Amino acid sequence: MNIFGSGVFQGMMVTLKNFLTSYFRKPDEGGIFTVQYPEEREKAIENFRNFPFLVYDGSPEQIRCVACGICERECPPKCIHIEMALDVVGKPARKPTVFDIDYGLCMNCGICEEVCPFDSIFMDHAFEVTAPERQISLVRPKKALLKSNEYFQKIRPTLAAVIDQKRKTAEEKKKAAIQPPATSESK
Amino acid sequence: MTKILEFIDSIFVAAKAWILCLLGHFLPAWIVVLVSITISGVVILCLGPVIMMYLTLLERKLIGRIQNRYGPNRVGIWGLLQPIADGIKMFTKEDIVPANADKVIHLLAPIAIVVPALMIFLVVPFGKGMTTVNLNIGLLYFIAVSSITILPIFMGSWASRNKYSLLGGMRTAAQMISYEIPMTLAVVPAIMMSQSLATNAIVLAQAGGHGLNWFIFTPWGIVGFIIFFLCATAECNRPPFDLPEAESELVAGFHTEYSGMKFALFYMAEYMNAFTLCGIAATLFLGGWQGPFLPSWLWFFGKTFILICVMIWFRGTFPRFRVDHLMAFAWKFLLPLTLINILLTALWQFTSNLAAWCGSILVLGISLWTLVKLNRTFVPEKRHYPLES
Repeated sequence: MNIFGSGVFQGMMVTLKNFLTSYFRKPDEGGIFTVQYPEEREKAIENFRNFPFLVYDGSPEQIRCVACGICERECPPKCIHIEMALDVVGKPARKPTVFDIDYGLCMNCGICEEVCPFDSIFMDHAFEVTAPERQISLVRPKKALLKSNEYFQKIRPTLAAVIDQKRKTAEEKKKAAIQPPATSESK
Repeated sequence: MTKILEFIDSIFVAAKAWILCLLGHFLPAWIVVLVSITISGVVILCLGPVIMMYLTLLERKLIGRIQNRYGPNRVGIWGLLQPIADGIKMFTKEDIVPANADKVIHLLAPIAIVVPALMIFLVVPFGKGMTTVNLNIGLLYFIAVSSITILPIFMGSWASRNKYSLLGGMRTAAQMISYEIPMTLAVVPAIMMSQSLATNAIVLAQAGGHGLNWFIFTPWGIVGFIIFFLCATAECNRPPFDLPEAESELVAGFHTEYSGMKFALFYMAEYMNAFTLCGIAATLFLGGWQGPFLPSWLWFFGKTFILICVMIWFRGTFPRFRVDHLMAFAWKFLLPLTLINILLTALWQFTSNLAAWCGSILVLGISLWTLVKLNRTFVPEKRHYPLES
């Protein structure tokens, strides 16, 4: 039997339960799920991708980028600017001297990451990018974009492992490709 | 031990008496009287706004917890400075008056609404000997003054020259006048049993039984208390009776055209009314400052704050009433119930034993059942159209 007014008390019990459990329950059990941002942070999802950065192996001189300019051409908002380095003779040195990305223009599409044949540009997890104005401060030069492979392995371990494996096998193949002629000569 | 308790009990009264004694050594008697009035006045004028400020914080915290989030917790520890930050914000806001508004009345309304809210504090017994003015018609005074609140709200809504304001004001007038009647009648049993209109005498009538001889522990007391509390919630326009400022229907109701400190004054009046109405409810039915062990003023504030928490709990739970439901609830349900309650109280005065308990519960049950049956809305039978294929 439905007693008159019992619905009122049922409703009040629901809110009372919510009030009390908010003190001791965990977020996924019906407690408070607020993440108080500057102090607390949610763990970034591995495939979360934000602004692009450049990967180097070992030291910043061993940059993977060869300044081929594919990303520069493919970038929809044209936010990448690359200039190739020249060696002492004046020949192209397969290395960038200038590599600027304008974060103010970048739309985080990740096409640069997809098209790069040298596995050198990837999307970062760092999203706290602020500047007092939008013309100069948001343009990131090469120095600011360079990050180590260890950092890449840390933020996106799955992808980094695949890439490292790929590069390792490619290197071994290269070595093997150099080796066979030597062996064939000995034959 | 009892000496210490008595000292803590009367600490505020003793402090005031000590100051007055000190001044009495070198000042004439009439100045001492003036100082006495000033001290009480200043205490109340400070108490009202401070209570209001921290009620807003309490409300935001509790509502937040009910909705599974933290309330304000950024300004100061646990957000304790949040009301002060809000106050500064309110003071620095631009004061906008509509071009076609009646400027004088538009200005007067928020000033006038705070006055009755503060005046009710005079008859609230905060503790033993802590009633500011021990009027012998205290309750009548409370009912009279609290009903003035309608006028400033209607002034503000009319002077704004805004359709939403006017609708809000109309609703306020209808709602508050309607709920005044069951509220006044719900008070009558307490007056009958204590045979006095003075708030202090009503508290003293609930003395005995280790300070637990409260009116709420009688059948007429609990019914009277529930009716009074519901009407009090409606009187200070708090949810679920917040039709005058129904933000989903009327923008902000009667204070649509108010900004800055004028708006804050409306809020202040609302929260102070909530406090005083809860205080009067505690006085009338929960034994006021009566209670075992703890000092009297602590009992009073504890009871009042529990009632306020219940009001906030209401706000966190219930959706808003529909206008016709609101009116029907006051006139067709609460009003007959209060009249029956007065009859029961009259019977209780002659016989207050187990038979009276059972009889009261029986009468209340039957009347409740009858009222529910009489108030049942007509729901036409649902028609079914069976498909013929």
